Amino acid sequence: MEKLKAELKERIIENLNLEDIEVSDINDNDPLFGEGLGLDSIDALELIVMLDKDYGIKIADPKEGKAIFESINTMATYISENKPA
Amino acid sequence: MERKVAITGLGIVSAIGMDVQENYNSLISKKDGISRVENFSTIHKEVIKVGEIKLTNEELIDKLGLPKINNYSRTALLAEVAALEAVEDAGIQNIQAYKTGFISSTSVGGMDMTERYFYSCVENKEERRYIPTHSAGDATSKVARRLGITEFVTTISTACSSATNAIMLGARMIKAGKLDRVIVGGADCLSKFTINGFKTLMILSEDNCRPFDKDRTGLNLGEAAAFLVLEAEDIAIKEGKNILAYVSGYANANDAFHQTASSGDGEGAGLAMEQALKVAGLHPSEIDYINAHGTATANNDLSESMAIVRVFKNEVPDISSTKAFTGHTLAAAGAIEAIYSVLALQNNIVFPNLNFENSIEETKIKPITEPLEKELNHVLSNSFGFGGNCASVIFSKAN
Amino acid sequence: MSKCYINGIGCVSAQETTNESVEISDFETLTQSINPAKKQNYKEYIAPNMIRRMAAGVKMGIVASKKALEEAGINNPDAIITGTGMGCLVDSEKFLKAIIENDEQYLTPTPFIQSTHNTVGAQVALGLKCKSYNVTYVHANNSFETAAIDALLALNETADSVLIGGVDEIAKHSTYLHQLENLVKSEDEISNILKSDTQGYLASEGSQFFVLQKKKTSSTYAELVDVAIHDVLNQDQIADKLNSFLNTNNMSLADVDSIFLGVNGDKKGDDIYHSLCESLFKNKQQVYYKHLSGEYNTVTAFGLWIAAKCIKNQTIPEVLRLNDLKTDGFKTVLLYNQNRGEHHSFTLLKSC
Repeated sequence: MEKLKAELKERIIENLNLEDIEVSDINDNDPLFGEGLGLDSIDALELIVMLDKDYGIKIADPKEGKAIFESINTMATYISENKPA
Repeated sequence: MERKVAITGLGIVSAIGMDVQENYNSLISKKDGISRVENFSTIHKEVIKVGEIKLTNEELIDKLGLPKINNYSRTALLAEVAALEAVEDAGIQNIQAYKTGFISSTSVGGMDMTERYFYSCVENKEERRYIPTHSAGDATSKVARRLGITEFVTTISTACSSATNAIMLGARMIKAGKLDRVIVGGADCLSKFTINGFKTLMILSEDNCRPFDKDRTGLNLGEAAAFLVLEAEDIAIKEGKNILAYVSGYANANDAFHQTASSGDGEGAGLAMEQALKVAGLHPSEIDYINAHGTATANNDLSESMAIVRVFKNEVPDISSTKAFTGHTLAAAGAIEAIYSVLALQNNIVFPNLNFENSIEETKIKPITEPLEKELNHVLSNSFGFGGNCASVIFSKAN
Repeated sequence: MSKCYINGIGCVSAQETTNESVEISDFETLTQSINPAKKQNYKEYIAPNMIRRMAAGVKMGIVASKKALEEAGINNPDAIITGTGMGCLVDSEKFLKAIIENDEQYLTPTPFIQSTHNTVGAQVALGLKCKSYNVTYVHANNSFETAAIDALLALNETADSVLIGGVDEIAKHSTYLHQLENLVKSEDEISNILKSDTQGYLASEGSQFFVLQKKKTSSTYAELVDVAIHDVLNQDQIADKLNSFLNTNNMSLADVDSIFLGVNGDKKGDDIYHSLCESLFKNKQQVYYKHLSGEYNTVTAFGLWIAAKCIKNQTIPEVLRLNDLKTDGFKTVLLYNQNRGEHHSFTLLKSC
């Protein structure tokens, strides 16, 4: 799980082009959207593609993304529970 | 006295008809043009529904009498069919007789050919003829040459509000005395580029779209071209033209809220409608019908309804979106719906909003779902695009 | 007709045009077939959470527009009107490449959003929270000119201040295709563009923005008198059309002191300029600028930027001179541009 979380942070920084952010700047429980990392609805769509491409998980309704992408913790939990065997 | 802007000709190709009459017949008989993609291959073929024109490029080339080897994008082919109909409808014999301009609009441009040949043309020299046709202005210049218009020719691209802005510029050029006559409109063909683009935004519906419905599922993309001939009223009268309607109001405002989404309260949309009413010198209660943008995305329909309720208060006019007939034809949409607005005025009929069942809770707007005959004097048409681009235009009856 | 004054200008280009201490006379003639714009310190102009998704064209547009607005002391113009031939072409290519290579799978929205032609004008508005009229013209070499024509209309209607600009990007594969088609020169064809006997131009990119206002101010550069476009003209029609353009503005060619020409080293288009230089424009002070800017669809905005500076300073640096004719001071400037006989434009400026 810790490995997955670290990997997620790296991929988020890379995919969303968060130039000034380091892995160590993101805490597992920090909100990713709004106040926290400041991500927005377009980033949510980018993250949906990342889940599909990197973890084989498809999300059909963008509204589902809100709960999944709340924090690194919620993302990691969702991925480990839904990753195809 | 400011010059009035008369509409004297219409031309259109869409998924519900290859000319104005066919489009009108489909609208009043509730016959939509939504189907699966047939003209090109895409992995989303079985998933999405679109408003596709069922003529192939080869059939369009024949229809236009073009040489077999040419470098027309599908956007240019569709544009030329519609523009020729509009000019013929306006009874223009000598295009050079008056200072005539051509203002088209597109979002796709020549992308349908570029996406086929972008890499393969390096090896295949035959395909390189499509390299210069990628530019958005290429289709415009081709059609202008065919019509014989050489001077003021330009192209607008403000995503899904493009053609409405073309109508607006044309009307302003006439009012300012810069042009006597101008053919305005837009064209966009279906392409993998736009299908996949809208797919990444997750706003494509897998079913027929349901504008203004509480349970709407997103939009259907479509392809179309439409042009209107605008003439200074004094010239139209002098030439004994049949005036179909007038362009009486127009406005463009920016939501300045988000790159793609509309603001929750539709601020830009509201501003565009209010300013268009002001230009037309009309009170909101004088609008008899709104041909809405109504794309059937969760975001647009809520935002547009909020803006309409704010502008029209307790007197929201009869309203419908015709997107469920044609699909969302992007840059062309404003011209398609301008023609539907003129047809509504000419025939005193409000066209139905297909696939509607339940109102959006926040605004309770209930669109017209069956063709409704009633006296119409002023029709408002909305078009909104990415980048917060909001445009409204008002058409008024010819007396 | 209300007057139209250029009261603020901003320019990102292949030259050091954002550094005020660098003069036009310091600019270096381009020697490559592909000439990227000078990198800017974008973080100075744009918030970090905005910048991360921005295409190069958006960034260049924001810098150029901010400079123009600052100089004119305007923060909420009554219209934002943009011209771009190709839009944010790098992102269009990126999205297209992903569609082709990944067979329409795993595509992300950002490059698609940036590929929309009006993304620069929209993001300039978003940054300013400007809710005014916002339109983008995409008609090849006349994109910027149409933006200027629209601005002149707007100032005659209700607008007091209008922001107009041009922007275009270099993108790798498109430029390569343009080289295959002899639209862009290959590296071995580079020479002095005045003596070029090959087809094609030097590719470049950039963004220029201008604040146009009804009122003359302390920052005024020049009066923008009028702009006209012709989608196509035969060579023998050019003189007639130019004369009638000048006549509508109560002028004749005799009143024009200096002509800024779009000579770009492409033999197919330059023949038109060279023959005019020996006939119609023979006794005029002739100026060229594309050896400094390269060519892109909206490069005439760079031409306008150069012309505005020359008029304000009442000097034409040597590096711009096409002929030896010199006039003491110059009042009226005409910019003439075309591309291989298509997309002709006349832009008329007056000193203030």
